[in-house]
Amino acid sequence: MLNVSGLNVAYGHVQVLRGISIYVNEGEIVTVIGSNGSGKSTLLKAISGIVRANAGEIKFNGRHIERNPAEKIVSHGISQVPEGRQLFGELTVLENLQLGAYLRYRKRGGSKAEIVRDLEFVYTMFPVLKDRVGQPAGTLSGGEQQMLAIGRSLMSRPKMLLLDEPSMGLAPIIIQNIFETLKDLREKGLTLLLVEQDAFVALELADRGYVLQNGSVVLHDTGSNLLNNEEVRNIYFGQRKTRGSQ
Amino acid sequence: MHFDQFLQYLISGITSGSIYALIALGFTLIHNSTKLINFAQGEFVMLGGLIAISLYSAAGLPLIIAIPISIILVAIVGIVFERLAIRPLRNSSNITLIIVTVGVSILLKNVAMILWGRDPQSLPAFTGDKPIALFGATITPQALWVIAVTVITVVLLQVFYKRSIVGKAMKASAINPPAANLMGINTSNIVMLSFAMSAGFGAMAGVLITPISMTGYSVGGFLGLKGFAGAVLGGLDNPVGAVLGGVVLGIIESLSIGIIDSGYKDAVAFFILLLVLFIRPSGILGDKVREKV
Repeated sequence: MLNVSGLNVAYGHVQVLRGISIYVNEGEIVTVIGSNGSGKSTLLKAISGIVRANAGEIKFNGRHIERNPAEKIVSHGISQVPEGRQLFGELTVLENLQLGAYLRYRKRGGSKAEIVRDLEFVYTMFPVLKDRVGQPAGTLSGGEQQMLAIGRSLMSRPKMLLLDEPSMGLAPIIIQNIFETLKDLREKGLTLLLVEQDAFVALELADRGYVLQNGSVVLHDTGSNLLNNEEVRNIYFGQRKTRGSQ
Repeated sequence: MHFDQFLQYLISGITSGSIYALIALGFTLIHNSTKLINFAQGEFVMLGGLIAISLYSAAGLPLIIAIPISIILVAIVGIVFERLAIRPLRNSSNITLIIVTVGVSILLKNVAMILWGRDPQSLPAFTGDKPIALFGATITPQALWVIAVTVITVVLLQVFYKRSIVGKAMKASAINPPAANLMGINTSNIVMLSFAMSAGFGAMAGVLITPISMTGYSVGGFLGLKGFAGAVLGGLDNPVGAVLGGVVLGIIESLSIGIIDSGYKDAVAFFILLLVLFIRPSGILGDKVREKV
């Protein structure tokens, strides 16, 4: 479904991605893990067109999208839940969700009733959002904001969802809740590409995973194999233990 | 000051304040979408008046047709301005772009001088000029037009922001452009729209004020600065604040004529501008100083 090959991205003179190649099949959950500054977020930004690639190609369902502007890529069916949620804080929860469906509102012959139905779908998935429809998004708690960010992305009816660190800054119980929802979304046919710093939760959820280091893919395997991989264990389980003992 | 005198100054203050409000609105629209201060804002006012005059007296069109055509033409000038002068330089620093707007304002002013000459010109009042008595003061029908059109414009703009998806997209693009982009919003079209609307509001102000105070190629600078002062007073990021700021500025200016002297009218306006910049740079209704990176 998604095919990235030989992707290079540089910010000025700093090379951030060096010849990245990954693929995601339809219906899969794929995760990209790696430490801070390994280029995970940049990879997602390049896919959704926020950052331009210097070289390499990105194909979505056989179509080249590496030269498309971000708003065009959304219309192909890729929607990103950006790092740090990036909600429209002064706008209400409802307005944020409606903006997620912006292209559908603007489309000639687009059905408003369908959009309303999808709103209800988001509310059943995240009931707390329904209680907060009229509230400015900036007043929500961190977990609620993440739910809203995911809901907002779903409103464009994507075929593929890109998630950039959805667990960031959230309590474990809320992370669990959100990851359960991601699993449900896959059941409903959505394809997910998930960038995470919390390798443990990500690999448990994912079918396959890529490990990024200094802008290159250093490991690629199934989620469970990576969980048991010596190298990954060294980097992440040590971290996990210290975190658990806090 | 007697009550009827006070009322008279108040009425004329609200009238000129409404004009400042429309101009201030233009400043906030462009500032919201680009973080720029558009110093050519006043030239839209000048063009609106002069084009309407030509359509009315030279082309012989009735006012009811000449006015909307003039507003649309000026909105197109706003679009061309954005496409030719702002967009190609969008990666430049803010100060460069602000200087570009100053350059465009000089250009527009001189082109207007060549096309329309140096003499002030006027339009007839929309619906006669028989003053209406009001509690011992009087108000002209044209002043009523000014106030009514401003109120309607502000209300419609709020409806646009609250009800239409494009209005919401405009707000979203102002709050967080990259996130708006991820929603599928073409933010550069939103910038263009904000220039068109801003120019249109300016032209509207120009058409409304011309029957009262005449117009000419050079009126843009001063009116633009008054609108800017109003926008700063109310909060550059807040359309409602800007409108309020414009009206308040008009009222203070007008009352100062009664209390001090008409010669100090403009000085009072700019004194307020400086005061706001010193004490509360974010304006009355603006957010607390919070510069986005």
